[in-house]
Amino acid sequence: MKLEVHKLDAFYGRAQILFGVTLKVAAGEALALLGRNGAGKSTMLRAILGLVAARRGRVVLDGRDISGMATGRIVRRGLGWVPEDRRIFTDLSVEENLEIGRQPPRAGVPHWTVERLFSLFPNLAEVRRRPAGQISGGEQQMLTISRTLMGNPCVIMLDEPSEGLAPLIVERMAVAVTEMKREGLGVLLAEQNLTFSRAVSDRATIIEKGRIRFEGTLECLLADEAVARAYLAV
Amino acid sequence: MSLLSVRGLRKSFGGIEAVAGVDFDLEPGELLALIGPNGAGKSTCFNMLNGQLRPDGGSIAFDGQPITGLPPRVVWRRGVGRTFQVTATFLSMTVLQNVQTALLSFHGRLRSFRPWSSRLYLDEAFALLELVGMAEQGDRLCSVLAYGDLKRVELAIALANAPKLLLMDEPTAGMAPAERIELMRLASEIAHERRIGILFTEHDMDVVFAHAARVMVLDRGRLIAVGTPRQVRGDAQVRAVYLGS
Amino acid sequence: MDFLVIQFLNGLASASALFLVACGLSIIFGVMRIVNFAHGSFYMLGAYIAYTLAGPLMDWMPGGFWLALPLAALAVAMIGALVEITLLRRIYRSPELFQLLATFGIVLIVQDLVLILWGPQDRLGPRAPGLEGAVNILGSPFPAYDLLLIGLGPLVLLGLTLLFRRTRWGVRVRAATQDREMVEALGIRQDRLFTAVFILGAFLAGLGGAVQLPRAAVHHAMDLEIIVETFVVVVVGGLGSVAGAYLAAVLLGVLNAFGIVVFPQISLVLAFLVMAVVLVVRPLGLLGRPEAASRSTTGLWDTPIRPMARGRRDIVFVLALVLAVLPVFAGSYLLTVFSEVMIFALFACSLHFLMGVGGMGSFGHAAYFGLGAYGAALAMTQLGLPMEAAAFAGPVLAAAGALVFGWFCVRLTGVYLAMLTLAFAQITWAIAFQWDSVTGGDNGILGVWPSAWATSAAAFYYLTLLVAGGGILLLRQFVFAPFGMGLRACRDSPLRADAIGIDRAAHQRLAFVVAGAFAGIAGSLYAFLKGSVFPDVLAIPLSVDGLVMVLLGGLQTLTGPVVGAAVYKVMRVFLASWTDYWRLIIGIVIIALVVAFPRGIVGYIQQRIAPLLDRPEGDQPKAGPP
Repeated sequence: MKLEVHKLDAFYGRAQILFGVTLKVAAGEALALLGRNGAGKSTMLRAILGLVAARRGRVVLDGRDISGMATGRIVRRGLGWVPEDRRIFTDLSVEENLEIGRQPPRAGVPHWTVERLFSLFPNLAEVRRRPAGQISGGEQQMLTISRTLMGNPCVIMLDEPSEGLAPLIVERMAVAVTEMKREGLGVLLAEQNLTFSRAVSDRATIIEKGRIRFEGTLECLLADEAVARAYLAV
Repeated sequence: MSLLSVRGLRKSFGGIEAVAGVDFDLEPGELLALIGPNGAGKSTCFNMLNGQLRPDGGSIAFDGQPITGLPPRVVWRRGVGRTFQVTATFLSMTVLQNVQTALLSFHGRLRSFRPWSSRLYLDEAFALLELVGMAEQGDRLCSVLAYGDLKRVELAIALANAPKLLLMDEPTAGMAPAERIELMRLASEIAHERRIGILFTEHDMDVVFAHAARVMVLDRGRLIAVGTPRQVRGDAQVRAVYLGS
Repeated sequence: MDFLVIQFLNGLASASALFLVACGLSIIFGVMRIVNFAHGSFYMLGAYIAYTLAGPLMDWMPGGFWLALPLAALAVAMIGALVEITLLRRIYRSPELFQLLATFGIVLIVQDLVLILWGPQDRLGPRAPGLEGAVNILGSPFPAYDLLLIGLGPLVLLGLTLLFRRTRWGVRVRAATQDREMVEALGIRQDRLFTAVFILGAFLAGLGGAVQLPRAAVHHAMDLEIIVETFVVVVVGGLGSVAGAYLAAVLLGVLNAFGIVVFPQISLVLAFLVMAVVLVVRPLGLLGRPEAASRSTTGLWDTPIRPMARGRRDIVFVLALVLAVLPVFAGSYLLTVFSEVMIFALFACSLHFLMGVGGMGSFGHAAYFGLGAYGAALAMTQLGLPMEAAAFAGPVLAAAGALVFGWFCVRLTGVYLAMLTLAFAQITWAIAFQWDSVTGGDNGILGVWPSAWATSAAAFYYLTLLVAGGGILLLRQFVFAPFGMGLRACRDSPLRADAIGIDRAAHQRLAFVVAGAFAGIAGSLYAFLKGSVFPDVLAIPLSVDGLVMVLLGGLQTLTGPVVGAAVYKVMRVFLASWTDYWRLIIGIVIIALVVAFPRGIVGYIQQRIAPLLDRPEGDQPKAGPP
């Protein structure tokens, strides 16, 4: 297993958001974390990454315990995070943005270079010297994913990569996620968009009110109408 | 006479034309959708309509009166309500106080230094919350509400000035599919009952095609298609720039 | 013509030191989002350390002087590292107002440390070896050393620009300026980056102070003098912009050089007028850009203001009763102390009205307190009015001042607003200080005594209890009235406030006037309590006193400022009678407060103790973090 989360609790202030969440992501596998807005998906990713200070439980990355570590250290151990709102550095050029994400190559993990990322997302190559604030929303989404890949992660967590994107760009994102899986990355995908999740993920976990409600393959999930209606409202 | 009449609306940012001459009309009680890829100029368009941005050119007439370039609060007084892509509510207040504050503003009472405002416009506020199905949660703080509920509260606030036009920027963004349908059903019900025109932007095509009477497609600041959902869905250019396969 | 050139060069020379300090402040703010009040202290330390090093180093080797300046800057950089690692690191997640306050705690500590280490007298450093003389420029002599300074500014600007554009570290700094959490989430060591940035900023401030050594005497008021000017430069240039800081430093340096010649009386005022004009035209400064969505205020207003619960009302009632019968037991000294406490409670409540309810951090609230005091005093001494009438002149003058300042201030938010309010208070102070013929300048106004019926300590105590207590209750009423709701609406969501037709600027302006008037009442009472008025009532320390009271009590509660004022004032009175170095202790208290009790006393009771007493209310989640 590349990423193992065991009985994770997380809090904002005095409010508990996650209740003993457990999940696993293997190499070359994409796990879709599904659920309504406010179910705790983003908090889940942020807690795994150590951005939620008040948390308890065990998180193991590539065989090493990272629970309680500071975010920077967790990231340097090989966990990548693509935030929901992209958070690109608008004043920096596209290339400088990628530079910020760069980490030294890691043994046994795919190594990404600027040129390789440009071939994955050709649109970015065309705007490489432009300030990132002046590229389109779709290009920004490609940039934020590329920037995280520059850290050569062994597991990447994507928070709603299809949100607010035109259908054409969403298709491009699916291609990119498939490529990451082929390279052996573990992918943890927080999504509301079922079509996109179905296109890229192998297994799914449904989270509701901070608790895991279902685990299994996507087909299994969609076949189980009761589950789908109760937690996803499809 | 149209409720909202927009002609030649333009806005540039640093030499890039975000909105490059947009014309359309909206009738009372009509649900009109504005869709398009990211960066097409939808939000810019919206922000000019309610006065947050001053247009570089063109005119906006509401109810027969020009409102071009007027500040948001004046546009609001004329009868335009607005909801935001990311909900904007008063998080330190209860649901009820949020609506009360909007009503206080509508009735021109916000400058009074007495009495305690908790007693003012209670019935009106409850009626609005009833309408959106939030009356039972009136005493809860907005900061602890679920997102879908927050969207309803925002709708109640936007209705406090008895608007003739509602501008809804991505009203269902961040909601689960069932909640989306529910909110839009509610909005269209209110629109029909009160003859309110609604202009909304949306990325969820299911919502758009299920609720909009007409759809406008914006691409790079220009309208490339206007028509019924069926017409727009069949439009080759729209498929190429936006809908995809 | 020659005269103009020389004055221009003078301006450029003084701009250099100002630029060094201002760009350090700006860079630190950009990355760490902390407005470092202690930057003036670093500047002062740079000068003192250079003074101490210069002598021995010059004896030791010929070029020793030139070694002393960078060494002093390095020493300050190390002090900066110490401050960052031991203190600032703990408060990065605190609201920005608390951070500003914590750095002011450092200012107080450094002030007393400087007094202890170097004594109260001015220190004159050696002249720069080799550059003692003057060069002839268009027939007029011009100090050679100043020419060197003129060159230093652009040189540092160039160096910094290259650093930020060409180096990997610089690109990281720019990225962190925009979104520091994301930088950390990409695996960059944020702690190291912050420490390094703070060291750079402190180094620049220290250098700014050190290079002043051959030009002017080193003294212990240098810190606040430069920090106010620095705030002006940074606000005019645009927070976070190094080039903007240079532009503004030059603009102000030159203006000052001419201003001193043309209007020596109002040289201080001139700088602030420039700032006011720039801010009206460009609210974010000359080269400033809109701040990335500020995350630092989130969580500050999460607790709603609620009417008092029945049980607490009983406590207040008992306290009021105790206060009412106090003169039966207490002597006149104690009554005077209590009067002062109540006056400051009203002052703190008026500040809380702006800051807690309105979300507008006023760092120059002493302006209204002082205008109230001067208004009453002038009405009495100049117009010959009795106390009963003169007391009204205070709040009227304060409200008028608040109307003018508020008109500018409500255009800004957050730290910009805080810095602007501070600057306005300094203008007012400068006017009171320099306008000798009316205000008596440093000598103040004496003989501001209450009418005969109120001269006894007990009578004045009752007067204060009535007026200050009534004022506090009235302000409380305003919070729950529609006006207060509107004010909270503007604070919670400007976007939504606009969209429900609130004229935000007008609403907030009115809040300034209300808060100003009530602070004016407090100031007016204070004048009669003391029988005199000095420029101190307008000075920065009094503004900071107000802030400490509000934050000590708790920003989120209405009772907070009253409790804060009482605790703080009593502590001050006690400390002043016990030690000369009360600043040192207050500074430490402030820092402890920010680090350990960010919600203040009342906030702490509400959060930790009250839940143990009553049943939790509907929406209070019961679970606690690990």
